[in-house]
Amino acid sequence: MRSFSFKRASDPADAVKSIAADANAKFIAGGTNLVDLMKEGVEQPTSLVDISRLGLSVIRGLPGGGVSIGALVRNAETANHPLIRQNYPLLTQAILAGASPQIRSMATNGGNLMQRTRCAYFYDLGTPCNKREPGSGCPAKDGLSRYSAIFGWSDSCVAVHPSDMCVALAALDAVVKARGVNGRERSIRFADFHRLPEETPHTDNTLAHGELITAIELPRSPFGSRSNYLKLRDRASYAFALVSVAAAIEAGQNGAIVQARIALGGVAHKPWRALEAERFLAGKRTEPEVFKQAAEIALKDAKPLKDNSFKVNMARRAIVRALNNSIKRGAAAK
Amino acid sequence: MIDDDLKDQPSRVDGKAKVTGKATYVAEHRFPNLAHGYLVQSTIARGKIAKIDSAEAEKQAGVIRVISHENATKLSIPDRPIPKPFYALTSPEIWFNGQPIAVVVAETFEQARFAATLVKVTYDELKHETDLRKVISKGFASGREQADRGNPTQAFADAEVKIEGEYSIPIEHHNAMEPHATVANWAGNKLHVYDKTQGVTGTVNYLAGAFGIPTSDIRVMSPFSGGAFGAALRPGPQLLVAVMAARETKRPVKVVYSRRQLATAHGYRPESIQNIKIGADKDGKLKAIIHEAVHNTSAHDNFSEGIVGVSRSLYACPNVKTVAKIARLDLQTPLWMRAPGMVSGVFALESALDELSYKLKIDPVDLRLINYAETDPDNGKPFSSKELRECYKQGAERFGWSKRNPEPRSMRDGHLLVGWGMATGTWPAGQSPASARVTIKSDGTALVESGTTDIGPGTYTTMTIIAARSLGLPIEKVKFVLGDSDLPPSPGQGGSTTTSSVGSAVQEACGLAIKEIVDGLGKEPNSLFNGVDSADIVAENGSIAVKGKPNTAVTFSEALKRIRQDNVSVLHRSAPNSGERGKYTIASHGAQFVEVKVDEEIGVVRVTRVVQGTAAGKIVNPKGAHSQEMGGVVWGIGMALTEKTEVDNRFGRIMNPNLAGYHVPVNADVAQVDTIFVDEDDKIVNPLGAKGLGELGLVGIPAAIANAIFHATGKRIRELPITPDKLIA
Repeated sequence: MRSFSFKRASDPADAVKSIAADANAKFIAGGTNLVDLMKEGVEQPTSLVDISRLGLSVIRGLPGGGVSIGALVRNAETANHPLIRQNYPLLTQAILAGASPQIRSMATNGGNLMQRTRCAYFYDLGTPCNKREPGSGCPAKDGLSRYSAIFGWSDSCVAVHPSDMCVALAALDAVVKARGVNGRERSIRFADFHRLPEETPHTDNTLAHGELITAIELPRSPFGSRSNYLKLRDRASYAFALVSVAAAIEAGQNGAIVQARIALGGVAHKPWRALEAERFLAGKRTEPEVFKQAAEIALKDAKPLKDNSFKVNMARRAIVRALNNSIKRGAAAK
Repeated sequence: MIDDDLKDQPSRVDGKAKVTGKATYVAEHRFPNLAHGYLVQSTIARGKIAKIDSAEAEKQAGVIRVISHENATKLSIPDRPIPKPFYALTSPEIWFNGQPIAVVVAETFEQARFAATLVKVTYDELKHETDLRKVISKGFASGREQADRGNPTQAFADAEVKIEGEYSIPIEHHNAMEPHATVANWAGNKLHVYDKTQGVTGTVNYLAGAFGIPTSDIRVMSPFSGGAFGAALRPGPQLLVAVMAARETKRPVKVVYSRRQLATAHGYRPESIQNIKIGADKDGKLKAIIHEAVHNTSAHDNFSEGIVGVSRSLYACPNVKTVAKIARLDLQTPLWMRAPGMVSGVFALESALDELSYKLKIDPVDLRLINYAETDPDNGKPFSSKELRECYKQGAERFGWSKRNPEPRSMRDGHLLVGWGMATGTWPAGQSPASARVTIKSDGTALVESGTTDIGPGTYTTMTIIAARSLGLPIEKVKFVLGDSDLPPSPGQGGSTTTSSVGSAVQEACGLAIKEIVDGLGKEPNSLFNGVDSADIVAENGSIAVKGKPNTAVTFSEALKRIRQDNVSVLHRSAPNSGERGKYTIASHGAQFVEVKVDEEIGVVRVTRVVQGTAAGKIVNPKGAHSQEMGGVVWGIGMALTEKTEVDNRFGRIMNPNLAGYHVPVNADVAQVDTIFVDEDDKIVNPLGAKGLGELGLVGIPAAIANAIFHATGKRIRELPITPDKLIA
């Protein structure tokens, strides 16, 4: 039998220490993705360290108006927390657009960041996959690529990151707090947390082995309800995004845009920030024509694959819709 | 949503057991000392196994044996040329990717599953083909050839108005909740099996043939099924493998397919490509239909479903040509899946008729009425009953069809485009011989038994209702038992024929049981029951009485006492009245009306409202029927909008073998579904007057949805499923 050891960590230091020495050891919290991957044989850890009782389960306001979200707070609790609903409705919408109530009640915030792609080849041990078995090849690139990336892919991997929550976190400029083997905590900008596949697609993010996510911090948000998470998928619920958009707008007294955020899901190996489009929007008016131009800019470097050229148009329209929705939601909230 | 008129109708008699976990499904059965088998599946699509190295697997803790074609004892099956059915572990030949090639038997499921990953297989690989478009030219006649009616080619050429289109439907899988599973136990020469099957008798016969043992030594049970939809009509590989492994290891063995493995455990709705041409005159009268279809079969066997047949009899049209072909692909053999063939053919025919209605500027319902078939146009026979016209009328009224603006893109709800579409459905009302035993007991209850199965439509309930009504007992006093080959034999559950077949046997057996009691009572001195015909007996409130003589009423308990019997038990085999039935075409019919709302910019379609009109004879089990017709709508939403089995043709491998990648509708995809049942008084179909409706509820739905999408958007999508990418293109 494929056996593994299981240990419940007593505190964060113990957790980090417990897996640091074993390259095949993994943290487990909600287990909503890891257990599936173990059943399929994709993940074969020799040791699991249960981190679900480390106390990193608090959401609290930060001085200056930000919020710290414990890594072990469940997704459902996060989405419904008054501080999040009030100040970061974009995050609430994104979390509730993902998975099912059962899964959201089990899955933790740290685990959401760590979930792995749902690329069909990654899950099927009967086919090659560089992410699962480095050097074996990427059949998705010239194969079934309807769900694959249109940005930032490489010849080694065209997989997309599956999270909805992370798209909102990217838009909100989150910071990931991680504790390392040396006991020190470091801060990782959300944009630097997930990585592009390049030649090493088996590495999803920039955490070192043994590093433990302790919290996710969000700076004070100037966007409030003037934001929208729009997820387009193959059925009304319980499906991964074909394309999703986290949009947010800060409007000045004169109605002009002070700053805007656009992050896309379902299009790349990481949540994809459309920075050039955001810069374009600064100072412009909140008009449909302006949004269309921003969407054009956001998609101009897209490189679709065999089955997913539809994503380019879909993403353009989704951006315009999400920006429009942001304005409407903002107006409705007043 | 249960309508008010249904709330007093009987609910599922097995419902409580199912929701409290007391209904035991196949994989939950155990025998003492049970061992677990886990299947090893091929990772190539075509070729031969060169070698199976199971040394490493066999070394693992708990592993009892690894069985493959190399060491399995031979079955008593003749070696036949193609076409031939697939028997697992009997040859090194690989016919499809995911083929079961070995089973690891171990003390625990986990041990077997792990050891299965250590079985090393080397192959002599051959080139495979799983792309239907590449083999269309190699298609061959499916065995469903029928002569042209009239002169379709000329009539089409001469028609005033013509339309033509190609329609394609991908492979779809049943995706039942319950996986295929078998638990097998040999006690000496006697074989006892729990199997996920739609027919216990068929399973007994299959095992008798494969293992060369008499059917009397085999007992197959399948009392509950977590959905099957046709997927368990053919014996699954796990059945053969579990029985084989139990024989080899001299242990009871359980084999359960994992969700991932299920994609090749059983067949699927084949991929099909259809071309349809319709010619009409300017008044809408159909002049010609030319309907051609090709769908895939496997490399080793011939499977064909009747896609084009519906075009011969749904509408009055003097000139019809149908062509049905199949083509070989290196995939598992397809299998019947809810409304097989019919739903595929109707998608093309009813989409084409809708297209014609726009060209002619005739309302889609009116166009169907103009071409209404009063008799079966294919053979000239009358219909035994056909209230389709009433389905159109009542369905349209309930839906509000008269408020439809015929112009595409003309109806809106805010920024959403609103589309109203409709289609027709039909399904033949078959009946097979079936048997039942009815035992009336001294405590005033009845036991009714038949070796049929209930894959979910509510057969337990329907048969209980029929028996209770026939015996004049409350349904609480009737117990119906099924799913056991030791019970009186009945056909497997398929083709929407169970109520018709088994229901007739139950009703007739009940009548005979009462007659036996009446005859017994008639022997008493001066008995008023003496010589009374069954038709003159009233059975109600647990008593029987001579019609018009209420003072003769006697309870079953008392009657049994008076005739000095503990019980009366009647075994009866009923058969369809083929002579009379043969004079008619017998079918259920339906009309479906659908509203969609389309967010065109982002390609999102929602089916917001469906009215499902059904004419299926007498409805025996109203809640069950409502549930079946609603289930057909849900299935149709999936077929129209979301469901597709993805095959990577380079590997010949199914790539979405799970419920995350294969999208069946979720609750949020289904809104309002109304059902209407138009009563039919049909004395021909069977004594119950009941036709089947399990398949019917699906038949017209995909076409009605596609037609509604056209009305909303002006886009005619002929390739299922209609996913967002097809609408924003």
